[in-house]
Amino acid sequence: MLRLLLARLGQAALVMLAVSAVSFGMFRFVGDPVAALSRENATIAEKAELREQLGLDRPVVVQFAGFLSRIVRGDFGISFRNQRPVATLIAERLPATLELVLVATLLSLALGIPLGVLCALKPDGVAARLVQAVSLIGISTPTFVTGIVLILTFAVTLGLLPSFGRGETVQIGPWSTGLLTLSGLKALILPSITLALYQLTLIMRLVRSELIDVLSSDYIRFARARGLSARHIHFTLALRNALMPVITVTGLQIGSLIAFAIVTETVFQWPGMGLLFIQAVSFSDVPVMAAYLLFVGLLFVLINTAVDLLYALVDPRLRVRA
Amino acid sequence: MAASLSRRLRRVPLSVWLAGLMAVAILAAAALAPLIAPFDPTDLTSFNLIDAELPPRFSPDGDPRFLLGTDNQGRDLLSAMLYGARVAILIGGGAVMVAAVVGVGLGLIAGYFGGWVDATIMRFGDIILSFPTILLALLVAGVARMLFPAASSAEWAPFILIGAIAIHEWVQYARTVRAATMVESARDYVRAVKVIGLPSRQIMLRHILPNVMGPVLVIATINLAAAVLTEATLSFLGVGMPPTYPSLGTLIRIGNEFVFSGVWWIALFPALLLVLLVLGVNIVGDWLRDLFNPKLRGRG
Amino acid sequence: MNRIAMLLAAVSATALISTATDAKTVRWSAPTDIATLDPFAQTESFTTAMLHHVFDPLVRRGRTMQLEPALATGWKAVKPDTWRFELRKGVKFHNGNAFTADDVVASVTRLLDPGARARGNLSQVIRAEKVDDFTVDLVTKGPYPLLLNDLAGIYIMDKEWMEQTGSLKPGNIATGVSTAASTTAIGTGPFKLESFKPDAGTNMVVNPDWWDKPEHNVTRIEFKPIKSDATRVAALLSGELDLIAPAPLQDLARISANSAFKVIEEPSLRLIFLGLSQRDELKSMPGQKNPLKELKVRQALWQGIDLDAIQKRVMRGKSQNTGTLVAPPVPGYDKANDTLLGYNADKAKALLTEAGYPNGFKLGLNCPNDRYINDEAICVAVAAMWSRIGVQTDVKTESRATYFPKQDRGEFDSFMLGWATLPPMDGFSVLSALLTAPKDGFGGSNSMGYTNPEIERLTREAAVELDEPKRRGMMVQALKVAKDTIAYIPLHLQPVAWASRQGLDVPQFPDEYVRLWFAQVK
Repeated sequence: MLRLLLARLGQAALVMLAVSAVSFGMFRFVGDPVAALSRENATIAEKAELREQLGLDRPVVVQFAGFLSRIVRGDFGISFRNQRPVATLIAERLPATLELVLVATLLSLALGIPLGVLCALKPDGVAARLVQAVSLIGISTPTFVTGIVLILTFAVTLGLLPSFGRGETVQIGPWSTGLLTLSGLKALILPSITLALYQLTLIMRLVRSELIDVLSSDYIRFARARGLSARHIHFTLALRNALMPVITVTGLQIGSLIAFAIVTETVFQWPGMGLLFIQAVSFSDVPVMAAYLLFVGLLFVLINTAVDLLYALVDPRLRVRA
Repeated sequence: MAASLSRRLRRVPLSVWLAGLMAVAILAAAALAPLIAPFDPTDLTSFNLIDAELPPRFSPDGDPRFLLGTDNQGRDLLSAMLYGARVAILIGGGAVMVAAVVGVGLGLIAGYFGGWVDATIMRFGDIILSFPTILLALLVAGVARMLFPAASSAEWAPFILIGAIAIHEWVQYARTVRAATMVESARDYVRAVKVIGLPSRQIMLRHILPNVMGPVLVIATINLAAAVLTEATLSFLGVGMPPTYPSLGTLIRIGNEFVFSGVWWIALFPALLLVLLVLGVNIVGDWLRDLFNPKLRGRG
Repeated sequence: MNRIAMLLAAVSATALISTATDAKTVRWSAPTDIATLDPFAQTESFTTAMLHHVFDPLVRRGRTMQLEPALATGWKAVKPDTWRFELRKGVKFHNGNAFTADDVVASVTRLLDPGARARGNLSQVIRAEKVDDFTVDLVTKGPYPLLLNDLAGIYIMDKEWMEQTGSLKPGNIATGVSTAASTTAIGTGPFKLESFKPDAGTNMVVNPDWWDKPEHNVTRIEFKPIKSDATRVAALLSGELDLIAPAPLQDLARISANSAFKVIEEPSLRLIFLGLSQRDELKSMPGQKNPLKELKVRQALWQGIDLDAIQKRVMRGKSQNTGTLVAPPVPGYDKANDTLLGYNADKAKALLTEAGYPNGFKLGLNCPNDRYINDEAICVAVAAMWSRIGVQTDVKTESRATYFPKQDRGEFDSFMLGWATLPPMDGFSVLSALLTAPKDGFGGSNSMGYTNPEIERLTREAAVELDEPKRRGMMVQALKVAKDTIAYIPLHLQPVAWASRQGLDVPQFPDEYVRLWFAQVK
């Protein structure tokens, strides 16, 4: 077990080092920092001085070491666009994105599991076929189209829900939450539906196929033979077994949702990290792009490592594989 | 195995037939766009600002020249959509091809040689896979634009987009092919040809490759739909195709600015075409996946 | 269906509005956010306009754009290069500190710091000197007629606060210094900053202790940036906003058709024009002579643009076509200069033939896609028109963040630029920045190599001419030369178009500034 832990952590560290190298490469070589930082009419001497200030005259390896030691201390530089520390910017945006992703995940689980069960138990029923068809349309419709349609319907035509932003937020320490005000909750509805749709389809299909698999297993056949009620078999025995991979996939998908939130946040002007990133891309704000890459990389590594270790704990057979 | 495959092929459901037909029709129309489109929307002299924002022919103020109306520059929307679908399919298909070739190649190498070669390739793939497609694609497209100003031009943007999408997708092929290769290379016939002393390149291409092509085709079909969606998303976010050579995503981005001004057609028709195309490919892909591997049903 | 939708929107909007009016809040949205709260760390006119609610300058623009006393009550030139300013007494900053000469000196010194981005906004001033607590001298490089115009854009910060927070020097991303001033704003203005969250919103509350008698009844401002035109309009129509400024031109008809809302518009000072490279070769035709150096070719390109079509279709009749490089209200404008060549594609082709290009030539056209109203659409339209007279135009559009550095470096064959002569609001800025060679602080935005000896001479004379009629005469003459030689191709004055709910009255200004200290909420 210890060996597995060390191997996994070592791997995670390696991945992070690779991601930092890419991030550093962007920071250092993409878009000349000196051109971006100096005044338009800066003289050559001024530029040389700036080069020295930034340490750009030192060997690249030394610069990379400096970069690493700075990011370990949480110093990601200063945004070209808003002239504020990137770390602060990300910390400010994190709650908005995480709340959106959290609500979207809950929504997709709350709807995806029952619908998946429905499709597995009565695969040829009208309802199941309808759900299947709608889910196919769901994964074939780009997120931005869904978002625009929702805004047009519920915000503009019906005037029921807000079309942009987070509504009123409450500050709890460093965390700004929209979950505690009515306007904050209303503002969450459309973006979280938009974001959840793809995830919902995925969970539904997964529940369906897992449940079909489990239901055809010997274990369930024995249970049937023993005369247990269908209700008990479906919901207690089968579903419990089918949900394990669902939870895993949902966990692994949280990272993807954070990335997908880029599109949702753009459509709904949701002040989260995705909006920060997409604006950084269009403004060539390299420090923000580099930091976002690092942050998402870290998040993925953490989630993947955690899932791997949890699996190893749950399923002893996997321990040997390390 | 072969018998059951052909039996299942004979029982293709109607929905798959329809979806396949729809997808093929759109693909064909897009491929033949220069022949069947009433105008060439990429030719700046073919449209006139005076004709801007004319509604579709079937609406009261429609103009008989423009079946689906015109966009904000006076371009025929139908032509722009056909060319836009062409661009989207070329980029999506290009990305799938590049990813498949690179992925199959690396997968073969990793599976055949094993050892550190395998470990290096697959670890690299793991790192790539730990980032979602859209993020990686945005980064690649964004960085390319900063490094080479020409990256946003109509000539270069398609290649940048193909690279941006393929950089993520090859891993799936590599993983599948690697697993299959490991199984295949343990088989007696491969061992036998190895003993004869055939060069490894020949073994891989002649004997292993044909046996792993089935799953590759399935992945490619499903990826085509995903790649078309990714391209549309990038163009919608403004890092894709330029407005003078629009893809469907670019058309939707432009149309989105007009949804409240009563000019609904600029956004609606391209969005509809995009959804239909992706839907068609997805249904066929789903069916293919079930056909080749019933156990894979419903996953991913 | 459309009518029902609009009806529903109107009903829901009015329902929401009735609850929001008591607080006299103005909820306002624009496509961009404030870049920073540090007035000297940026040169964007939008940010400057926004910060004017919190800060006051020494002199400001009044209701009719005239210069009037603000934190300074009077001024006079004591020497040709020294101006003396009497300061207003009894003014307090938002933190309670008193406003004195020290604050003016500290602010001007901070602006003149080499690290300050906005340093160029006061380029002629060398230093500020305190005479007594309420008198300050500003020393300029020489006689300078536009000092007051410049000062209208220079905000005064609190010296004690800057000392306490270590922000006496401006923030500098190069050295990694970000000061408290980029996230907090302490001024003397009509509103106090309550909160600032980039991309989420900025809130302000009324300053009850403002030194001036308020002409507004606004108690609170909630600013929310919304980049997408469609979302911004949706938010106004659904009652989530009171004011969108600017409002997208394509939606004005739809908004004004709804009786709960109104549209206000007028021509802006911002003049949109096309620049033409005067270098030896074009990027699109390396190794060949630059055809744009021929006057006839430039004339053909101008005559090949159907300005009326752009005005009607792209700008929806809201812009005003123009033939000169400054807007009518700006000193230097002359009616006689403001004439159009008129669209004539055949004439344009004939001119190209006369100039030796019967088959046209290849030309790059570069434009921003997020800076001016419908910039991208205008450029695609121009490219199509030029292609029709035989000039194969390759149009490229990009975000302003990457566009303007390239424009500065002169990388374009032809390009779009907008100029509003802000902040000084004087034709001299066109001459000194766009029409003169880049030398001695002139020609700062002239990257395309245009020079003309007569304009050079007139500009240098106007720079130090304190006699106003004579100075204007020189500018008119220089702009006439620019027009005759087709230095740039003027297109139009873009409109300022805002949309608000009926109960909000906001006066509009041609400099595109939103000045909510003139707003009335009903």
